[in-house]
Amino acid sequence: MATEFHNLQELRHSASLATKVFIQRDYSEGTVCRFQTKFPSELDSRIERTLLEDTVKTLNTYYAEAEKMGGQSYMEGCLACATAYIIFLCMETHYEKVLKKISGYIQEQNEKIYAPRGLLLTDPIERGMRVMEVSVFEDRGSSGSSLSSSATSGGSAQR
Amino acid sequence: MNNCEYQQIDPQALSTPIPTPTLPQPTVVVEKEKREKARKKWEVFPGKNRFYCDGRIIVAGQSGVLPLTIGLILVTTGLFFVFDCPFLVKHLTVFIPAIGGVLFVFVVISLLQTSFTDPGILPRATPDEAADIERQIDSSGSSSYRPPPRTKEVMINQQVVKLKYCFTCKMFRPPRTSHCSLCDNCVERFDHHCPWVGNCVGKRNYRFFYTFIVSLSFLTAFIFGCVATHLALRAQGGRGLMFALQESPASAVELVICFFSVWSILGLSGFHTYLVASNLTTNEDIKGSWSGKSGAEDTVNPYSYNTIITNCCSVLCGPMPPSLIDRRGFVPVEASSQTSATEMELPMLPVKKETNVCAQGTKDLLGSASRSPCPTTGKPQPVAAADPAVTFNPALISDPAAMPSLTCGGRHHSHTTSPPDEPRHHHHHHNRHHRTRSRRGRGSKRPALHISNPAYNASLSPPSSPGPRPSHTGARDPRRDSIVALH
Repeated sequence: MATEFHNLQELRHSASLATKVFIQRDYSEGTVCRFQTKFPSELDSRIERTLLEDTVKTLNTYYAEAEKMGGQSYMEGCLACATAYIIFLCMETHYEKVLKKISGYIQEQNEKIYAPRGLLLTDPIERGMRVMEVSVFEDRGSSGSSLSSSATSGGSAQR
Repeated sequence: MNNCEYQQIDPQALSTPIPTPTLPQPTVVVEKEKREKARKKWEVFPGKNRFYCDGRIIVAGQSGVLPLTIGLILVTTGLFFVFDCPFLVKHLTVFIPAIGGVLFVFVVISLLQTSFTDPGILPRATPDEAADIERQIDSSGSSSYRPPPRTKEVMINQQVVKLKYCFTCKMFRPPRTSHCSLCDNCVERFDHHCPWVGNCVGKRNYRFFYTFIVSLSFLTAFIFGCVATHLALRAQGGRGLMFALQESPASAVELVICFFSVWSILGLSGFHTYLVASNLTTNEDIKGSWSGKSGAEDTVNPYSYNTIITNCCSVLCGPMPPSLIDRRGFVPVEASSQTSATEMELPMLPVKKETNVCAQGTKDLLGSASRSPCPTTGKPQPVAAADPAVTFNPALISDPAAMPSLTCGGRHHSHTTSPPDEPRHHHHHHNRHHRTRSRRGRGSKRPALHISNPAYNASLSPPSSPGPRPSHTGARDPRRDSIVALH
């Protein structure tokens, strides 16, 4: 069976998931949804610093827009209260609309920037808005080198 | 929605035809069978909640005294409308039942929304996340004892806040999040677990809860006032209170109920109005987190906006956050088997075996769960699904996930042993238990978990859990909650 595996191994030339890098939440401004813009060191060789930072900053602005407490959200809240919150069953909230925009943005970023570099961003909503998961893919042949599971991972600086 | 899209931008081209080894062929057949039995995420939810209407309605595991609450409200209001309103309409005004009706509708709707809404449950960490956190905290984690509780300090608005590590959910709790032991979930902005509504009160349903207690206090006070007026009117003309009570005995019942509830409900409303105005939760108020009781001199509430109006608006009228647990989505492993074509599954199997070979060669480098053997096709969900499947063999739902778990299960038990036979053994167990599970839902997972638990516990580093029960949930949860999509 091991021989068979080795044969398959040689036959296949596809990327496999090497590691996942997690970008943690930034709580310095409270409980609003923000992600750390600190660049994780594991991705140093995979992507330019500015590209990832731009993506994270744009996502942060999207989340800030979703959670913004302004006239529109107050009106939505008061209207909901007046109707005993029944409109939440019928209407899509502002937050949900922004989340759809975010997922479209992430998909676009993946297609244009990350997939060509063998990376994949996972929408934070799928991880409970706790982390932004960046999956790093490697060509199987170089799988050993990608296991730079350094102790200092990107999320180490939580402050 | 993400599944199909990510499939298109898959970096690997799975176009190479893979000769299927004979071993997994029966598995493939079984996979196809299991594809039809797609499970929704609510069916595999690790917390103690119960779900109705195909995941649309969520309630806590223990309904507490919710039936009593509903019963009391219905009985009192019913008696009011039947026995008191006719008299009052005749003698006073028709607005009385109208106002009563509006209040009653508000009370019932807000009560049902409080009870049946997800309070802000945080899905548990995926095994990859958990492993990543583990690595950051303690690289030399020993599996023989549970380390002291972990905390992490963050600065929030120039205030030091300690974040605690949740051993059940395997993550550092975000600020203001607390783990409810009754529901076995971490809940965001956890206020308290209310037995009267039979649910936790957290970020998403606090405004419903507040509306409920405020409208209930108005309703109770209103009914009390109306009944008192009714009895007073009847007792006019020197006929006395006893005569009035004899004529309308139901009013006595209402009077008693309302008298006792109005004090407590009004008190509760007042207390929560204070909490809303200062942007505090019951949990924080009781613990004295920001009032300086915990020792620090100048602790202030870092979440408060320092004006009452802004605090009230942010708590009650702020944007409604979405549910983070995707209750009605399909569990992605089966979703992938459903949506993906057959050729997707076949390549997955041999590749997992390849990575098993790879993995064994680089076993030492890998450490714990930092890598999934599953050659993802670019879909985030299946990848995530495969990862917990990797770690928790018996918790697998379907065979496509079983295969990676078999190989990686062996690998992840690599701290002890990883014989090639082991996966098959686990797979066999999984098969058996999967059938049971499809009939019984969550409950039947436990036997499966028992089997592999020792190996799992041995190989995993400390925070797996202190006791057997949490470790079950720990073993199950990441696999379940690994994929959480917006509902």
